[in-house]
Amino acid sequence: MGISRRLFGGTALAAMMLAGGAAQAQDNVRIALVVKALGIGFFEAAAKGAEEAAAELGNVEVIYTGPTDTTAEGQIEVINSLIAQNVDAIAVSANDTDALVPALKKAMQRGITVISWDSGVAPEGRQLHLNPSSNPLIGNMIIKLAADNLPDGGEVAVLSATTTSTNQNIWIDEMNKVMGDYPGIEVVTTVYGDDLADKSYREAQGLMQTYPDLDAIIAPTSVGIVAAARAVEDAGKVGQVNVTGLGLPSEMAGAIESGASKSFAIWNPIDLGYSATYLAYELATGDAEAAPGAEIPMGRMGALTLDDNNEGAMADPFVYDSSNIDEFKSIF
Amino acid sequence: MTETASHGQAPRHIRDRLQGPGARLLKSWELLLFAVAVAIFVANSFASPYFLNAWNLSDATFNFTEKAMIAFAMALLIISGEIDLSVASIIALCSTAMGAAVQYGAGTPEIVLIGLATGLACGAFNAVLVTKMGLPSIVVTIGTMSLFRGISYIVLGDGAYRGYPAEFAYFGQGYVFWVISFEFVLFALLAVLYYVLLHRTNFGRMVYAIGNNATAASFSGIRVARVKFILFLLTGLMSGVAAICLTSRLGSTRPSIAFGWELEVVTMVVLGGVSILGGSGSIPGVVIAAFVMGLVTFGLGLLNVPGIVMSIFIGLLLIGVIALPRLWAMWRR
Repeated sequence: MGISRRLFGGTALAAMMLAGGAAQAQDNVRIALVVKALGIGFFEAAAKGAEEAAAELGNVEVIYTGPTDTTAEGQIEVINSLIAQNVDAIAVSANDTDALVPALKKAMQRGITVISWDSGVAPEGRQLHLNPSSNPLIGNMIIKLAADNLPDGGEVAVLSATTTSTNQNIWIDEMNKVMGDYPGIEVVTTVYGDDLADKSYREAQGLMQTYPDLDAIIAPTSVGIVAAARAVEDAGKVGQVNVTGLGLPSEMAGAIESGASKSFAIWNPIDLGYSATYLAYELATGDAEAAPGAEIPMGRMGALTLDDNNEGAMADPFVYDSSNIDEFKSIF
Repeated sequence: MTETASHGQAPRHIRDRLQGPGARLLKSWELLLFAVAVAIFVANSFASPYFLNAWNLSDATFNFTEKAMIAFAMALLIISGEIDLSVASIIALCSTAMGAAVQYGAGTPEIVLIGLATGLACGAFNAVLVTKMGLPSIVVTIGTMSLFRGISYIVLGDGAYRGYPAEFAYFGQGYVFWVISFEFVLFALLAVLYYVLLHRTNFGRMVYAIGNNATAASFSGIRVARVKFILFLLTGLMSGVAAICLTSRLGSTRPSIAFGWELEVVTMVVLGGVSILGGSGSIPGVVIAAFVMGLVTFGLGLLNVPGIVMSIFIGLLLIGVIALPRLWAMWRR
């Protein structure tokens, strides 16, 4: 690996000298932020974060790119052209876990640092994967959001997706594990809205009738949280029942404004783009090595600790409330 | 020309062609397109320092080889006055069939056979609907476009087939010699094969005859339906070949594979000088068009031009190259 890397580096350098014009570009660490498709608010925000990291690091040039629609073939064409440009690092949010592996392997063989973020690539196709958060962090966050507004304790209910939704079940499990940290908070029941707007709405109505003293509804699903907020508004219980959980700022802006939801959480794309760029820089410059157990710094976001699969969780889900909803509601 | 002939005393000389071969070549679509290709090549070399590099150019060929394989068969089909818009969906179905076979432990030869057979079956399905039932091919293949990919979606949902055997990767990732990939060699071989088929055989003459006037061709003893049936089979088969290459290159199958390729294939054919109304066109034209499209997308990719701008550029190129001869004719008058 070491020899082939040096060999490729050598030929690349020779090509560079022949080309002449590229010499000044090489002073910068060129990091390509490859997204699922261009023109999506979430990824535009991530690019903003990448630029922020580049400004902090100084000698970084961010190439923000991606295909027109969310296909693996389109991303492979983009990756091929990045390999040809001999960029220093590729940070990709993949359209396909497996299909990008051959192209990314080729990139790594030619000495390019490859990481995935947001939507991952199979382990053999990248050096590390950056998850926006982790199940324990999400489980803790959803109960914390409810508890923070209930200093004297109270009754909360969970409105989930379906009984078989893997993600939601894991998050609720993780939440139950940390209930001891929130004395006075009692989870009275869990109901299922099947991720359908009307069923979630009816389930939320039912919760308020069955438990007249209910203080909060936790909906760890973007469909359920919007439906529950509407049910609270329609029942005239704004101020009595606080809706929280995981939701999208664009869909939740109304609920924050009306007061039906005081706060909710989801990943922050700006932080995600920022951290991905930072990690790519650390690996590309050789300051850090991606290995199980490694801790790789990512600027203001702290450090990423890698597990056995070379994956790591960035941070707690980001909390959105009336102070920042206007900024983010137009992003995603 | 007529003036000099009437003045001269020498015996009247009648040319067997209106223009000499040199003049014909100079005015040909292929030469114009070739000039465009060279111009793009030169422009790319100046625009990006990374363009003139054997490995990079080799990578660039993957942008068009698979599509071009289908474009050859599609060119014949369009010359005959028909069209097949289901080709990308045939790829999806072939790939799904191959992926399913892998789950049952099929080896590389079986996978390839299943891919080709599925392509042929899809082509036959289109062919029966068009030639036996007399339905318009554009309507039939818009229908089968949804049908074939729909089956893939039903089988796979949001899942994927993976676990293709290691030898299978050769078709899409292997190199025959240095930077010359297997796909590129296959592309070149097929180009020669289709050149011979269209320009050097009776079958090729029949395709032109049908495209110019199917009724007249029929009265001349050409079995129109049979020729068209074969052309649909060929298009299906080539989609199967492309599916093998693409699946091997990706190493996995998802129902969204090759999404939107039908339009890129048709663009390639039309850019290659094949009349969308049928009756004229050539394989060399399609080959050059494949290179033009590959070079343009790769060159713009090197400059990190966003994909949407690239599609605008390809669209303008298509309109420009097609409008140029018309403008030239208007200017001459």
